[in-house]
Order: sequence, then C-alpha cells, then structure tokens
Amino acid sequence: MNLESEPLLRVDDLSVSFPGRGFRAPRNQVLRDVSLSIRPGETLGLVGESGSGKTTIGRAVLGLVPADSGTITFEGAEIQNASRRDRRRLSRDMQVIFQDPYTSLNPSMTVGDTLMEPLLAQGEGRHRASARIADLLDRVRLPRGAAGRLPREFSGGQRQRIAIARALALAPKLIVCDEPVSALDLTTQETVLELLIEIQQATDVAYLFISHDLTVVRHISHRVAVIYRGEIIEQGDAAQVTERPEQAYTRKLLLAAPVVDPAAQRARREAFEREFGRTAVVR
Amino acid sequence: MTQQATVPTEEPRVADAAAVKAPSVLGALLSRPLALTAAIVLVLIVLVVVCAPLLAPFGPNDAIPKNAFQGPQPGHPLGFDTAGRDVLARLLYGGQNTLGGAVIALLVALVIGVPTGLLAGYYGGWFDSASGWVTNFVMSLPAMIVLLASRAVLGPTVWVLMIVLGFLVAPSFYRLVRGAVAAVRNELYVDAARVSGLPDWRIIGRHILTVVRAPVIIQIALVAGIAIGLQAGLEFIGIGSGNTPTWGAMLNEAFNNFNRAPLLLVWPGVALGLTSAALVLLASGIRDALDDRSGEMRRVTRRERATLAAGRASERSAIAGDGRGALLSIRGLKVAYRKPTGPDVEVVHGVDLDVAPGQIVGLVGESGSGKSQTAFSALGILPEGGYVAGGSILIQGEEVIDVEPSTAAARRRALGYVPQEPMSNLDPSFTIGSQLSEPLRVRSRRGPRLTKAQAKARVLELLAAVEIADPERVYASYPHEISGGMAQRVLIAGALSTDPDLIIADEPTTALDVTVQAEVLGILRRLRDERGVGVLIVTHNLGVIADLCDRVAVMNDGRIVERGETETLLLSPTEDYTRRLVAAVPDADVVREPWQPRAATKEIA
Amino acid sequence: MVIFLARRIGASIVLLFVTSLVTFLLLSLSGQDVGRQLLGLNASQAAIDAKNAALGVDRPILVQYGDWLTRALRGDLGRSWFSSEYVTTAIAGRLPVTLSLMVGVTLVTAVVGYLLGVWAGIRRGAVDRFVQIFSVAGYALPGFLVTIVIVIVFAVQLRWFPAIGYIPITQSFSGWLSTITLPAISLSIAAVAGIAQQVRSSVIEVARSDYIRTLATRGLPHRNILFRHVLRNASAPALTVLGMQFVGLLGGAVIVEQIFGLPGIGSMAIQYTTQGDIPIIMGLVMLSAIGVVIVNLLVDLGIGWLLPKARTS
Repeated sequence: MNLESEPLLRVDDLSVSFPGRGFRAPRNQVLRDVSLSIRPGETLGLVGESGSGKTTIGRAVLGLVPADSGTITFEGAEIQNASRRDRRRLSRDMQVIFQDPYTSLNPSMTVGDTLMEPLLAQGEGRHRASARIADLLDRVRLPRGAAGRLPREFSGGQRQRIAIARALALAPKLIVCDEPVSALDLTTQETVLELLIEIQQATDVAYLFISHDLTVVRHISHRVAVIYRGEIIEQGDAAQVTERPEQAYTRKLLLAAPVVDPAAQRARREAFEREFGRTAVVR
Repeated sequence: MTQQATVPTEEPRVADAAAVKAPSVLGALLSRPLALTAAIVLVLIVLVVVCAPLLAPFGPNDAIPKNAFQGPQPGHPLGFDTAGRDVLARLLYGGQNTLGGAVIALLVALVIGVPTGLLAGYYGGWFDSASGWVTNFVMSLPAMIVLLASRAVLGPTVWVLMIVLGFLVAPSFYRLVRGAVAAVRNELYVDAARVSGLPDWRIIGRHILTVVRAPVIIQIALVAGIAIGLQAGLEFIGIGSGNTPTWGAMLNEAFNNFNRAPLLLVWPGVALGLTSAALVLLASGIRDALDDRSGEMRRVTRRERATLAAGRASERSAIAGDGRGALLSIRGLKVAYRKPTGPDVEVVHGVDLDVAPGQIVGLVGESGSGKSQTAFSALGILPEGGYVAGGSILIQGEEVIDVEPSTAAARRRALGYVPQEPMSNLDPSFTIGSQLSEPLRVRSRRGPRLTKAQAKARVLELLAAVEIADPERVYASYPHEISGGMAQRVLIAGALSTDPDLIIADEPTTALDVTVQAEVLGILRRLRDERGVGVLIVTHNLGVIADLCDRVAVMNDGRIVERGETETLLLSPTEDYTRRLVAAVPDADVVREPWQPRAATKEIA
Repeated sequence: MVIFLARRIGASIVLLFVTSLVTFLLLSLSGQDVGRQLLGLNASQAAIDAKNAALGVDRPILVQYGDWLTRALRGDLGRSWFSSEYVTTAIAGRLPVTLSLMVGVTLVTAVVGYLLGVWAGIRRGAVDRFVQIFSVAGYALPGFLVTIVIVIVFAVQLRWFPAIGYIPITQSFSGWLSTITLPAISLSIAAVAGIAQQVRSSVIEVARSDYIRTLATRGLPHRNILFRHVLRNASAPALTVLGMQFVGLLGGAVIVEQIFGLPGIGSMAIQYTTQGDIPIIMGLVMLSAIGVVIVNLLVDLGIGWLLPKARTS
C-alpha cells in the first residue's frame, strides 16, 4: 500500500438505521459500523445480496440518507450529515450513476437539459455548458444530435451512457455507481463496463462500484469489499477476495455464481453443495 | 471478455411496445372530438356570460309587473319571468354570478390545496401527518350541512358561501397534489438532481410540477362542475342571496310556478346542464387523452379470426410432421401484437422448438428477442393484444393452436408455469395454502378431485419438496408475510401442484439473489431427476444454461439463431450472434490489477 | 384485526370531539344576538339581556362549550332556542324518514352500481361503452337538475308517483314505497354512476394482473378465477368510494327532501339554519358526523376483511 496517497474517501464505523414499519415498530438497522476507504483513481467494488445494505452505503456517502453514527471523510473533511450548502459544494466532486436507466432520467426533459442540470446547479453559464455537453456526448460515444432528443428514444444501454455523461459533467473525483450494469443486456454490459474503465484511466476518477455480481465487480475493481447484513465481512485486493476468499460467505457467493463452461459449472455446483449443503429455507 | 478494443456501435433503438404520447395537454385535447366540442361550448358560454352588459339591454332586476309570465316579444327574446323581469338578462347576469361564484370557490381551493399538497408530498414529516389529519377531518364533513351552518353564521351572501365551499373542496386538491408529488419524489432522477446540488425549489419546479400539472387541470374541471352544481342547488332550495340573480334562483322560481309557465324552467336548466356537462366531458376527455396507453386494443373480429385460422391451417399442413418432440413441439410459430393505431407488429417470426420428456431445454436471448412470447404462446397466456399469427404447438402430440378453447385448456394441463416476479404472482388476498390447494379441489389430472384435507396434505408435501422448512406456517401465511426467495419456491410448488409433465419457467431466477438462484436451480434439477418432469427455461443468463440445461436454443430478433447440446454450443458456438453472446460474459480469468497511484504510472510511462 | 379496529374507533372518537369543538366555536363567533332575534327589534335592552342570560349565551364561549359537551355526553343536547323543543326529540322525530331514504339509496347504489361495474369490466365491448357513457352522464348533470326532470316526467306528467309528501312505512308499505321511490332514484343516479365507474376500472385492472394470469395456468376454471379472485381484489377500492359517496349523499338528501317535501333531517336543517338555532345546528352536525364515522368504520371493516395486507397498516 502506497503511503503517500491519502484516501479520497474514508468511511469509519458508519451506522444507519431506518424507522420501522407500523406503529411503534423498532428501528431497522441497515448498516452496522461499516468502514472502508477509496484512494484517488481507485475502484472499490462493494458486493452484497439484496438487503445487505450496499445501496445504503452509497446513498449515505452521497448525502441522500442520514447517518446515525460514524464518520464519512472526503478529502480530509467530514461530510456525514452535512448541510445543504456544503453538499452543494461537494457535488462538484462527487456524482452518481444509478441502476435503472429507465427511471434515472426525467422522461419529459431532453437529454441536453438533463446534462445541463448539474452544470446550471453549480452556476455555470449556459454558453459554456452547451459546449461542455457536446464534449460529454463525445466522451460516451453518443452522437451530438442526441442533446435534442427525449430519453424514450434511446435504448437501455444508451440511456445508461447518458447517465454516465451526466455524472461526468462536473469532472468529479468520485462517482458512486449503484449497480450500473445490472439492468442491461449482456452485450451492452460489456460496452458500458469498458467505457467506465476507459474514463477512469483518462480522468483518474475514483469509483465506489456497488453490485451483486462478483464476476462483474472483479473485472472493474482494484479492491473488493463484501457486505452481509449491514456489516463488511471481508475486504482486500480483487484477485485475492474473488479467488481465494477467507470468509465462508464470500466463498458461497463465489461458488453460487454459475460459469459458462458446463463441465466447470458441474464441478462448482458439487463443491457448493458439498460445502454449503441443501438448507431448507426458514424465512 | 476480449482484450481487443471494440468500438461500441450505437445499439438499435428499442421499439417501445406502447408508444407513449407526448404530454402536451392541448395537443391531446384537439384530437378528440367530444372533448373539443365540450371545450368550445364552455368557451362560448363564458364569453356570452362575460359580455352580458352588451348582449342584454335590460338589467336583471328591472321588473315590469304587468309583463309577468309573458312570452317572447321583440327586445325580449326569452320572455319574462314571474316578476316581469327579462329572462335573457337574468340568464346572462345570473351566469356571471353562478360562474363567478364557482371561480371563487376554485381559487380558494387551489390556493389552499396545491401548495400544502406540494409541501406535504415533498418534505413529509410532521407537516404531512398534520395536514393529512386536517384533510381527513374536512373531508368527513358533508358540504351541504356545512354550507347551511355557515349561512346561519355568516349570512346569505353567495360569495362568502363560495369561499367556505373553497375550503371544503381544497382537500381534494391537497390529496391529488400530495399523491402525485410523493410518487415522483422517490424517482431516481430526483435523487440525481439532489446529488447535482440543485436546491429544493428548483427540483420542485423542474421535475415535480410537470407531473402535477395535468391531474390538477382535470380536477379543476371536475370541481368547477361540482361547485356550480352545489351553488345552484343551494339557491334552488331558497338559501341564497335574495335578489342576486343566479341560475339556481331562476330554477327555484320556475319550479314553484311550473304550472303557469313551464318554459321558464328550460333556459336556466339548459344553461346549467350544458355548462356542467361540458366541464365533466372536458375533464374526462383530457384524462382519456393522457391515459392513451389504456385505449381499447382493436378487437379481433370473427371474420378476422376465421381468416387467421385458415392461414394457420394451411401453413400447418406444410409443416413436417416427423421428428417432433414428444413432450412439447413448436413449429413455425409466429406471434404478433395489435397496436391501437397502425398495422400489427410481428415479434416472433417462425420458431421451431422441441422438448423431449424428462429433458431440460434452455431458451436464451437478450431483451426483445421474443423468448418470453414463445413461452407464453405455449402456455396460452399472451398478454392483451397479442395473438398467435401462425404455426403449430403440440403438447404431448396434441395441437393447441386453433382448437376449441376448452380442448386447448385441457391439453395445456400437462404444463406448469413458473413466472419471473415472485411477489406479484401471488394473490395478496388469500393465504398461500388456500390459493395453492384451490386448483386441486376443482379437478385433478390423475383421479378424482381432492377433498379439502387431501388437498392440504398434498400442498404441504409440495412445500416440503421445494425445501421450505416450515410448510405449515407458510401454508397459513399471506404473500406479504414471506420473502421473495420463499415466494419463488411457493410458485414452483404451485406449478407442480397440477402434476405437470413439463414446467415452463420464464426467467425464474432473474429477480433472486445468486445464492437463492443456485438453490432454485437445484430444485428444478432434482424435480427432473426424481419425478421425470421436463423443463423449458427461458433466460438471458448463460451461466444458468450451463448449470441446468441439456439442450439450448439461442433466440435473436424473433428467430432461433442456433440450437444444440449445451456443452457444444457454449464452448464452440458456430453462429456469430452466439459467439458475441458468449464473448460478452465477463471472462473469469481477467481481473483488475491492484491500484497504483497516478504518479507511479506516469513514471512507468 | 382487533387492534386495527380499536385504533380506528379511537381515531373516530377524537374526530367527533374535534368536530364538535370546531363547529361550536365557529357558530358562536358569528356575533348574532339571539335575544334580539327572539324578542324583536322593539324589545328593551334589559329584556334582551335577561333572555340571553336565560339561554346562557352571555357566558364565555369555552364555558358554553364545556356545558354543551357534558350534557351531550349524557344524551341531552339542549333545547332549541326558537321552538323550545328538545333537540333530541326534534331530531328523533325526523330521523326515520331520512334514515329510510339513506339506507334505501345506499343499498341500491351499492348493488346496482357494483353489478353494472362488474358487468362492464368483464364483458367489455358494447356493455362497457354504455356503462362509461352512463357514468359520465350521471356525473355531468347536477343532481337536483336531474331530480327536477324526474319530478316533472314521473310525478307531474305521468302521475305514477306523488310529487310531494311522505307516508311512513308503519302506516302503509305501498304508500311508503310510492313516496320514497322517486327521491331514492334521483339521489342514486350520480352515486351509481360513480361506483360503476370505479368498479369497472378496478375489475379491468385486477384482471390484467400477474397473479390472475398465473392462476389461469393452474387449470382453474374461468368462473372460479373471476368470482373468487378478481372480484375480491377489485372490491376494496369500490368500498372506499362508497364511503366517500355517502358524504355526498348526505348533502344530496337535503335538497331531495326539500323538493319532495319529506319531513326528514335535511329539510329540518334548512329550516333551522336559516334561523341560526345553534343547539339544533350542533345536533344536526354531530348527527351527520356520527353517521359518517359509522359508515367509515364499516368501510374499514370491510376492507380489512377483503385485504389482509391492510390489517397491518
């Protein structure tokens, strides 16, 4: 580990809970003392199943969800539960790409207006903003004419590229990617992942890459953290965590994901059943 | 994943199955004759009423007693009323008061209801709870009683009563706006706007108000109609401001003197009826125009059905009869969809597929390839507007296309269906046990139908077979009380309950976690191994195919591109498309190298 | 289920309390001088003050309210200022008329509206068209206008029914029927239209849902799916609408009673509110509030029975 690089983002003992459903129901503890860090230009892959809290970490870092306790530090400054004004300044450095390409773009706004939004929010003039939009569209390999069209005229993969362009508009230092390829077709997944890697190599942006898919995560992440029921149970280099995990749960995730070679898959399946057996489901 | 740099080409635009109409209210309106007429009538009425001083030469209260009840005369085209006043003048000025009153009520309601709804929907919290309570309170008061009580307290002035009415009606706007805002507030694009640093008021202005606009406009038209009706009603029963002319008051006088001059009822009645009807028709016209997606699909007429059937029959006779799978055999299947406007769209262009008994066959393709449509056709559950345009489907050797519906249904009893989304495929109003045992108590494939106790025993056995730890508890639970993974197992049990020979599963594990997916795939495999049930599984996941299937068929753009043994097809595909698909799966050997700080890489370069 | 009910009842009691307080305050703030109204313009100030003291209206408003509340909880709603009859007696005398009207109308609305909506939602095609047009027409015209037309056609021209008057059911069943039919029909039309429309859309929407499709693949006959599953899930929204319609029906009843000369609560309301008789008005308002509360509780019960998920929220 290179000591001269301070982490760009540090999360220390973060805990988040949500109010329970119903009258006087106990609070729902979603994150429990979560700690992680991301260095400039690094991708940290965050892997977990549904209900693990992985999306909540992303939302807490972005300020969309309040933190109960713990700290989130960005470039040395504490940002958890920051004021609206502070968050506004942070927007220049921290952006987001969501999972669903169909609802992450306002269907009644043109692509140009959507891309213009973060620029206008930070006080850029319209003229410069328009020039920037043309640049952004080039970068994500969409035609310049796309600026005048509505999202519904584009496919899922293209919309996701528009979302990437929006995230890049302010040249952020960190982008939280919340399952950005999970809703895409296989072939489209590949192109979008390649695009994200290329952008990182060109601009040195860091990613918090949230996903449920270990194989996708290891492809793009330098380091991988595994989250289970609100706790980080394993963290380390991508190769190590996704090939020689220490925790049984990580191993279970690994073995459960099927591979495309039928013979190899049979072996994996047998290993899975040997180690984890067939448990009847309780809940 | 290949290492060579592939320039991503622009993907073809996905054709939306339902073209969403542009949200322009005006455009939607002009295209519907009924709503357009209503709008024109309304505009005319308003114009006429506003120009009352120009059109009516006499004042509404100028009375010439000797003219009472006289019919039309020059200068008085509508005659005189019970006190000798000019009917036309009273009609026009009355319109001003009636419509004006409604406008006042509307304005009050809008000013109170819309901003509070906006705030409550966007910010939630204590304001939401408090205003929700107040709204419930106001909505439980009958408007008429309150207006009467107000009259007692505030006096009989129409304007004042209309302000009270505005308060009473405001909750309907509050609820409407709050609902629309709350729905949009959690959309991802609003989150993205917040992350961009957009202040709240700008988020509301850019993203939220546009959604709220149309429902509010519709509600305005409806509420205006109600306000006019209520006000006229009050006037009609004699509550009101004495001499001020209104349509309601005119109706009151005319009704009381019906025997002497029945015609006096007509003018205010028509005016009131026309205005009210125009408002309501306008409102439902706008609503229908915006809801265009739910417009009636053009129904297949009897003649069309016959032509289609004839075409299919002639095609079928040309289909090779040999070599067809014993369990399921599809030949030349074509599926098409009716559109609200324009020609029908074909989505499956001639598909052949076979499943042998006890075989697991995978049907793989990307979204829009037509794989689910193929499965739905076999099951007979194509969605509204879809139909089989050609081809033959044999289930255990028996045809199910173009036969009597009851025969087809009987033949389809050899099939079981496992759907994609676990939760939405369970009836929320019945317990798991109840909805699973119901089909068994109606009929059984082998033997007589089961009694209640027998059915329960069988369902419990099935729930155990899909590896549910406590079948009794799940039997008695409602769908909202169990998890998604458990629900999917319940659905598999449900598919099994009718003792099928073939299970057709449509993306059964796509909505599940990978560990749960492994377990569910295991269940399906064991079902085949232990009971000899065949499986047709539709998926976009090649790993699932590798894990489960004996044979696989690849679909693209409504056609089968390649088919064969799983191992051969996945490891050495022959077709380009298949190769691209397999290549798109993230290569298990490739992993990102550990992170290097920027300076270090620059040095190396 | 019991907890659910208990909470709803608790909320309803609070609602009634708030209603009485707010109504009383608003009525009392009117600044009317009851004494002067009763004794006339020529009475002396002393006599007016004495009258006001006798009625208790010279005390602070909250004290008056407290007094009213304690007596109301014991069942004593006071006496009318203008006619000196007991409020409870006055109301009780006229309640049966309105009750027979409201019950009849609610039943007709529920049954006819529901059946029409179900028929339209299932059959589609021509029946659906007809029901949709009827729904819009039912809403489009103000209720009392339709009532006028009904009176003129059926009572005055055709003379099938009397135009005015009421015969209690205890006196003669056929007489009661003849005097209640036209009022009931005129009140029902708009309500039936509303229910039919709501039921129709619910049925169509439920019939399109995933679980209905999945049930069909299990070999359940069409009829079973329809009657057990579609109707059960489609009925809950209709029940909610019925509850909301009831509030509107109360208002409509006022006008209908006036037109047909039925001696019920509605016409009583008109007569007494013109005078500003606060004890009577309080009685009427509380009565209608209680009616609404009861109907809403019944609706909640019904929905709780139909939709298990609703019981926990």
